[in-house]
Amino acid sequence: MQPVNPQLTRRRFIKGVIASGAVAGTTSLWYAANGQSRPAGAVERMIRLNVNGQDRTVDVAPQETLASTLRYKLGLTGTKLGCNRGECGACTVLVDDVPTYGCSVLTHSMKDGRIETVEGLEAPDGTLHPVQQGFVDALGPQCGYCTPGQVMAAVGLLRANPNPTRQEARMGMAGNICRCGSYDSYLDGVMRAAEIG
Amino acid sequence: MAYMHIGKDFVPPDVTGKVTGRIKYAEDYTREGMVYARLLTSPIPHARVLEIDAAEALAMDGVYGILTADEVYPDGEPQSTGLKILTNHPTLVGEPILALAAVDEKTAETAIAAINVTFERLPFVLDPLDSLREGGPNAFVDGNTFGRQGFTEAKWSSDQVASFRAGNAPAEDAPTTGPIPTFAYGDLEAGFAAAADGFVYEGSFTTAGYPHHSMEPRSAMAYWEDGKLYLHGTSQSLTALANDMAGIIGVAKEDLVFINAATGGGFGQRARAGSIPSMAIPAKMSQKLNRPVMMRITREEEFTIGGARQGFQGWIKVGFRPDGVMSACDIFVVSDNGGKGGGADAFSAADCISILYQTEAVRFRGASVATNTAHRGAQRGPGQNQIAPIISPIMDAAADALGMSRLDIRVVNSAQTGDVGGPQRQPLTSAYMPEALQQAANDFDWEGRQSRRRQRNGSKVTGLGIGQGYHNAGRSGMDGIVMMGADGRLKIHNGVGNLGTYSYASTSRAAAEALKMPWESCDIITGRTDYHLPITSPQDGSNSIFTNTRTCYGAAMDMLAKMKEIAAQGLGGEPADYDISDERVHRIADGGIGMSYAEVAQRAMELGGKFTGEAELPEELAEWTQIAASRLAGTGFMGIYHDPAHSNNPPGFTVTCTEIELDLETGKYEILDMVSIGECGTVMHPQGLKNQLVGGAVWGIGLSALERHLYDPQNGLPASTGYWQSKVPTYLDTPARIETGWVDLPDPENPVGARGIGEPTQGSVSAALTAAISDALDGHIFGAAPITTDMIINHVAGTQEDAVALAQNNFRG
Repeated sequence: MQPVNPQLTRRRFIKGVIASGAVAGTTSLWYAANGQSRPAGAVERMIRLNVNGQDRTVDVAPQETLASTLRYKLGLTGTKLGCNRGECGACTVLVDDVPTYGCSVLTHSMKDGRIETVEGLEAPDGTLHPVQQGFVDALGPQCGYCTPGQVMAAVGLLRANPNPTRQEARMGMAGNICRCGSYDSYLDGVMRAAEIG
Repeated sequence: MAYMHIGKDFVPPDVTGKVTGRIKYAEDYTREGMVYARLLTSPIPHARVLEIDAAEALAMDGVYGILTADEVYPDGEPQSTGLKILTNHPTLVGEPILALAAVDEKTAETAIAAINVTFERLPFVLDPLDSLREGGPNAFVDGNTFGRQGFTEAKWSSDQVASFRAGNAPAEDAPTTGPIPTFAYGDLEAGFAAAADGFVYEGSFTTAGYPHHSMEPRSAMAYWEDGKLYLHGTSQSLTALANDMAGIIGVAKEDLVFINAATGGGFGQRARAGSIPSMAIPAKMSQKLNRPVMMRITREEEFTIGGARQGFQGWIKVGFRPDGVMSACDIFVVSDNGGKGGGADAFSAADCISILYQTEAVRFRGASVATNTAHRGAQRGPGQNQIAPIISPIMDAAADALGMSRLDIRVVNSAQTGDVGGPQRQPLTSAYMPEALQQAANDFDWEGRQSRRRQRNGSKVTGLGIGQGYHNAGRSGMDGIVMMGADGRLKIHNGVGNLGTYSYASTSRAAAEALKMPWESCDIITGRTDYHLPITSPQDGSNSIFTNTRTCYGAAMDMLAKMKEIAAQGLGGEPADYDISDERVHRIADGGIGMSYAEVAQRAMELGGKFTGEAELPEELAEWTQIAASRLAGTGFMGIYHDPAHSNNPPGFTVTCTEIELDLETGKYEILDMVSIGECGTVMHPQGLKNQLVGGAVWGIGLSALERHLYDPQNGLPASTGYWQSKVPTYLDTPARIETGWVDLPDPENPVGARGIGEPTQGSVSAALTAAISDALDGHIFGAAPITTDMIINHVAGTQEDAVALAQNNFRG
């Protein structure tokens, strides 16, 4: 079976990672990726990011990942780090509507992108996004640590395919791990979101 | 019984925070002046630290200091095998030797690389059987086991080990060792004699040890302020863990503020402070440096200090009488106890057989042997769930041999109310396994699907499986507190951890039920210990629902009794003349005479004394609860309760039916359908129960098919350092739909009839899957979990690899 949205495939993600050279697959790289200090001789740059519809100017180290910038520079801690090496999907955000592992892309490569995090979904009056409401209705989350990533993956899926079958939803969400095993309830939530969206 | 809250869905108060990302986990916090700690961990599996030279590191810009084992244990490290905060005697790769704090993590890592640690290499061992063999290496300097007698050395003769490894029965005098090395009840010899005309199975088995893999790494942040320690951590058990963590850190209980609004997955390893002492590192570093300290833990580090399930290498003999009754079971398990001690998983496995199948005679013997691998601890159904996938195909073989249906043989051997189990022959509080079996069979159309058994479709063949799971599911002896202010709102102080089961909320509803309180008028007080929360049992072993509905209900009933007393004082008559409804206490005979809850609470605060917790507290309250109650005393109307110990065993049971299609060419199989039924007394929260059933199912799929933890046998290095090397089930490994249901019959020893359920589904699902695989392969019994695609292909190809007994060590590929 083909994935619902070819943009969402793990292969595309891996290719993107290779292109960016940003896989933080070892401990030492992990700390470098957190952008906490600048390598000798490197030049840090103030760059402008479009996050949740707002332009944010932020000081970003050359090797810094998007997840680190969001969490530690912009205070958007809804984006979680479960593995920090492109395996679990807890850090999933949308870049130009495409679910993207925030731990595995360089922030500098995001300058022209439209970034959306879980914090940007709720309406100003507090109304939850249909995916968030669907997850509440279905009690999708258990421990909740993977939930922001699951939410963003579902939002990306439904933008590409507003009325997926359950099987299509299963394929579209396959890049996100839930150790609590709440897949069934998350899928209930995605289908509910498609109904109310 | 018609309940107001129980058995009804609700929106737990933390769900919105989870879907919006607003709820905070330990690593989400920050504090001005915060510095970052990193760990120097052991690069070798067994060693002694001879010297630490950190001079160069400490001279680096941005480095604030180090913390060593000598500092955290000035009187010497504890003489036990348990996890230490830091150690000079590492017994596994990755064990923390020291911590270093710096302005950021990169600086910390750079400085750690400049520290020179001189190690004395010591012998190491990865396979318990290698250590059991006479002359084999020991995981510890002083032996390979640890028990009440301290360190000891357990050895078998080389011949005994070779025979056991080859799948033969252990010698009658094979030495046993471990936390609970043996038990027996019934007449084993008579049991097997009775099975002589029935069916007897004998064979070896292995089960894998594997990591917990909680999604949230066990990061922690700490700072000290006004003599109090503020610790942002991760925990399954809020007050139970904090109560013990204070001792590990060395801070008075009243001076520890443990903050833990949410935990990113527990599964056993975060239930007790002893299994997560790393949280003491930022606490002690912060004390030393007088700065806030954040210590983030990586996924790779989770593999070494995050703990793992014990692996089994065992032998079992099971006898069935001609009528299908399991008349005898003789089981011997060599448990891999890892490098930092472990548990009594093997005992629990035998105990499970005794209870789940009501076996007439059981003999359990075990040897729990240390290895220089990840530390072991409780993991979802520790023991019960390892044995479930081993037993289920044996049940089917017996059914086939005796000409019974596979459903009937389970009904014949099922637990019912009035039955006893385990070595103490402890009565069950209630049990409805026949009902659960029948409900699962009906919902799955078990009988209707029998015609599909072993049907071929090209290279694919259909297998049907049915499995059962059990875990004891309730404790007692804990405390409860409820409060009410002049606004009349009910504040339920709940010390249960928030690890995703929502039991902190569903148990609170027992208090609302007792007071007939609208849920909108209730607040759950939880998330940090300076909210003054009562002690609870560690939130493990499926116990929370049973244990904490008793405490919440009891505290509310205390408040109810006081309400009636206050009403009688003010309005005349006796307390027994009053009842409650619509947030009022009123005369039974005349509902117009009464007081609102707000008025009662106001009056209670005027009266003080026992009504506000300033007098007549239950004498049996735990020290932790006494501290909480003393701080709440006088601040509002208090209901408080100590739950006396109960004696019987509240069981949690599940039954799962599944249909798979197994491809004989690839060894892969697809789960076509799955139905799981819970038998856990009265249902508290249907959505929460459903989540436990489907979550346990995913864990069962991992146990029976995927999860293991590999080590390099030459150097003892963990080969599993990420999810991709130690795979957990994903969306695509699990069915698109898992059907669930429940029996929903009340347990008499719980005030609302409820028992727990967290663990057993993993067992029943893994049991159903190994049974289905066996079914698809004409009844072949692998005697292993997981059953990997390689094993299936080898079997189909007729190679003997899968049948070489105990060749698949728990920790080898």
